[in-house]
Amino acid sequence: MIENKTDIKSGSNLEKLLRSGQFAVTAELGPPRGADRSVIEKKAALLKGYGDAFNITDCQTAVVRMSSIAAGRIVLDAGLEPIIQMTCRDRNRIAIQSDLLGAAALGAKNLLCLTGDHQKFGDHPMAKGVFDIDSIQLIQMVKILRDEKKFQSGQELKASEPRFFIGAAENPFADPFKFRAIRLAKKIAAGADFIQTQIIYNVKRFKEWMKMVTDMGLHEKTFILAGVAPLKSAGMAKHMKHNVPGMDVPDEVMDRMTAASAVKKGKEEGIRICLEVIEQIRELKGIAGVHIMAVEWEDAVPEIVQQARLYPRPMV
Amino acid sequence: MIVASSKPFQEIKQMLSGFKKVCVLGCGSCVTICHTGGEKQVIELAAQLRLSAKLEGREVEVIEDSTLRQCEWEFIEDIREVIQDCDAVLSIACGIGVQYMAERFPKIRVFPGLNTTFMGGPTEQGIFWERCAGCGNCILGTTGGLCPVSRCAKSLLNGPCGGSQNGKCEVSQETPCVWHQIYDQLDTQRLLATMETIVPPKDWTTGMENHPRKMILEHLVMKK
Ligand code: SF4
Ligand code: SF4
Repeated sequence: MIENKTDIKSGSNLEKLLRSGQFAVTAELGPPRGADRSVIEKKAALLKGYGDAFNITDCQTAVVRMSSIAAGRIVLDAGLEPIIQMTCRDRNRIAIQSDLLGAAALGAKNLLCLTGDHQKFGDHPMAKGVFDIDSIQLIQMVKILRDEKKFQSGQELKASEPRFFIGAAENPFADPFKFRAIRLAKKIAAGADFIQTQIIYNVKRFKEWMKMVTDMGLHEKTFILAGVAPLKSAGMAKHMKHNVPGMDVPDEVMDRMTAASAVKKGKEEGIRICLEVIEQIRELKGIAGVHIMAVEWEDAVPEIVQQARLYPRPMV
Repeated sequence: MIVASSKPFQEIKQMLSGFKKVCVLGCGSCVTICHTGGEKQVIELAAQLRLSAKLEGREVEVIEDSTLRQCEWEFIEDIREVIQDCDAVLSIACGIGVQYMAERFPKIRVFPGLNTTFMGGPTEQGIFWERCAGCGNCILGTTGGLCPVSRCAKSLLNGPCGGSQNGKCEVSQETPCVWHQIYDQLDTQRLLATMETIVPPKDWTTGMENHPRKMILEHLVMKK
């Protein structure tokens, strides 16, 4: 049973909250494209109290930004709990494990394991992608480090082990559709304690996926946080639909954003749609929380959390 | 086969500038099949070099030759006489052929006329795709005969990533997602359960990351 409180793996706030059976809220905090810590401190001040833990992205879309681990420590100093994102694009297994030890030593307790966006999308498309391991192998590596105190090579970790509450992503909107629940099962078997899904705009397809997931009993083996994100404008919706891999923005959402943008009410409509999605999925069987990705629009988060009646956040 | 594309003529011209007698040397194997390094391309490239020299008022002698395989000592030995008074060779073999030439004829400058791109083959007239990355530890037996190491943009081993949509790879609409293809293939073969198993991190010691690699056939090695 995942609700077993004695099963605590990392002792993170997010873990305790989820294991206590409460509905969790996570949000995204993107590190800056510079060395200025005050940018993070400002975002942290804005988000404080409006989520249980905050994803610190790892050079998202393959664009150079401040290290997720360093930014995570700054977030921790500001009194928020970080979820360190870790991709396989820029580091081999040696560098990843080294960073895991460092992140744990700096106080990080949540880790989201990703393969990472291809370097082609970023600001250094000429870079050599690493991809020594994939996200599923990364999850397994983090779990074995934690639970068996062994490095990926099989060598024993003789000092303190990094203890993370292990997260993974899954995209119900990618293909082949039937494989998407199997892939989730693989991630859980590899050691994913919690899942954050791709941004949901197509609620119908998300429900179909959740049905497969619950039929397989996967929701009993991990905590699933549904990903949501407010759209800002018709332009952003278009960009999401056509340029962001693995995104599914249905025509109905496109139409609503186009109409609203025409009368300069894009932001309001975007938040409204986001709230509607939250409303439709929060009661679904197997949903343990929401993950709000307001990329470079962090100030939308407090409004969404409040309006969704998810504020104040419970103390654990 | 090894697939190689032609270098831009400007680059070739620049590499060869200042040389008085140049041999354009083709290779009769892989690059002939990809229409970039065969006898026909030798003739074309030599003509192009002569023409540009003439237009620019330079005195250059360009000779032409080809061998069946530039990557074997026996075959390139035949060329010794042809190139002996050349001061440069433009090899339009793959990078292996260029190196065999450079190693065997150290006094002559050897230049590459092609960019060696990948191991693959033509899938239709004029279209070539990568098929193998030479990882040294072939897993095709478990992937329905399709290679994710060379054909998945991220060399994933545990199935399609979250960017796979409508059978296309997230990095390009022109590229099929090989994991989607593997899925369909295993489905046809009633072997989908294979995709449920977690494939552990690959041992790359046999792969490109550990070059230069070497293969020894004990039974053929002559005892010293
Ligand atoms: S698995 Fe390795 S050896 Fe086999 S085709 Fe792919 S890259 Fe080549
Ligand atoms: S879309 Fe398919 S081929 Fe492209 S990176 Fe993802 S899994 Fe690999």
